[in-house]
Amino acid sequence: MTTEHVIHVQGLEKSYKKLRALRGVDFDVAQGNIFALLGSNGAGKTTVVKILSTLLNADGGTVSVNGFDVATQAANVRESISLTGQFAAVDEILSGRENLVLIARLRHLKDPGTLADHLLDRFSLTRAAARKVSTYSGGMRRRLDIAMSLVGNPQVIFLDEPTTGLDPEARIEVWQAVKELAEQGTTVLLTTHYLDEAEQLADRIAILHGGRIIVNGTLTELKQLLPPARVEYVEKQPTLEDVFLAIVGDDGKDGDAGSGRSVGTDE
Amino acid sequence: MTKDFFGDTAVLLGRSLRHITRSLDTIITTTIMPIAFMLLFVYVFGGAINSGSHSYVNYLLPGILLITIASGISYTGFRLFLDMKSGIFERFQSMPIARSSVLWAHVLTSLVANLISLVVVVLVALLMGFRSSAGVLAWLAIAGILILFILALTWIAVIPGLSAKSADGASAFAYPLIFLPFISSAFVPTKTMPGPVRAFAEHQPVTSIVNAIRDLFTQQPVGADIWIALAWCVGILIVAYIFAMVIYRRKIS
Repeated sequence: MTTEHVIHVQGLEKSYKKLRALRGVDFDVAQGNIFALLGSNGAGKTTVVKILSTLLNADGGTVSVNGFDVATQAANVRESISLTGQFAAVDEILSGRENLVLIARLRHLKDPGTLADHLLDRFSLTRAAARKVSTYSGGMRRRLDIAMSLVGNPQVIFLDEPTTGLDPEARIEVWQAVKELAEQGTTVLLTTHYLDEAEQLADRIAILHGGRIIVNGTLTELKQLLPPARVEYVEKQPTLEDVFLAIVGDDGKDGDAGSGRSVGTDE
Repeated sequence: MTKDFFGDTAVLLGRSLRHITRSLDTIITTTIMPIAFMLLFVYVFGGAINSGSHSYVNYLLPGILLITIASGISYTGFRLFLDMKSGIFERFQSMPIARSSVLWAHVLTSLVANLISLVVVVLVALLMGFRSSAGVLAWLAIAGILILFILALTWIAVIPGLSAKSADGASAFAYPLIFLPFISSAFVPTKTMPGPVRAFAEHQPVTSIVNAIRDLFTQQPVGADIWIALAWCVGILIVAYIFAMVIYRRKIS
């Protein structure tokens, strides 16, 4: 069981005072899979992630990550995971490179400098490496945030709403990074309230609602359950996005503005 | 684990010291108020105050040093609050590091930042005519008391730093501490104060700390004051530490 399922959650319960946030959550995630936890705001997605990453204690149930119990073997769990929280948890006053070196040092890795340069290159942040993070755009910040989570190649990565507040281009960059992770065998659990994000990325999707997992399956399985109206809405979004990306072009990385263009005017 | 604790604390301390060296304005702003008080009291009110001392700046400096610390720790609370809010605190807590090193790095940073502020204030006092006949041992004793006082107030600052909802809330707790020295022997001798005020002044921590430092500066026998001062510092330190730990534990359960 533990060898097959990197993340195992059973009967998970958590209350905040009188509010019962989680009332018996069950799911498993297989190694190398991308698992999306879908739910509206306040559904308890962040609570699940916090318990999995040993930041919160559960009230009931068993939770294990990489074969280690989060309650009794928290230190081993922390060795296996990396958390990218809801807000880009980066140090604003340090430069991008310094942020990466900091995490590498804390993970007791050899040669933090080379490792940092490597990740900066991989996330197209080399040009901004020496700049203070407070000057970064939202997308750059998120890329750095994810790069920081990859320091030391953890086996399991938790991404809590990784693309909330990002523009479409930055969102696609994050998606690309997540896909690459899974290809390399990293297990990814991500939470989102964007249906298309789950559709784009996830091998399995679970919907968290009212403190329970109400559906858990592959996209095809889920599509049969969703009401047709909602499916139509999901399909519309990429079209608008395609238009946006086509106009803006995808050469706008690192904040270079493309040339202006207007639609529907006579010349 | 202990090896990790020192290594991790050193790395995180390096990080927050960089914050200080890159925003020296935080040190300057914390020293402006005590220096302004010192100028005001020495050159405006000082002439009218009968402190029983030849030089008023000599009389005043110990209290000003405590005000410097009280104003400096507001940034300790603020820095910790920013880490809580940005999520970097949670990132560190989810990493395989000695968890307590995250708090200790903040505490040590507070210590370093306050010591720098104290040096600045003492240098200004020297320019204003402050002189002391104290020897190395007396200076070390003064440094020891001040370090204990910084640590005690720093652990107080950790409490709002961990629990505040806004940046203002994380630093506002320092204001009452800044004004505590006014109702003590820091600016004027307590014997001129009316009964209840005098009773309060003579039994609050600042008076004994100020008296002990003043005696050390002037090479007077320190008497019981130094023990009362140390007892206050250690007492506040322990109580604040326990409260901070209770809140910290609640944060991670």
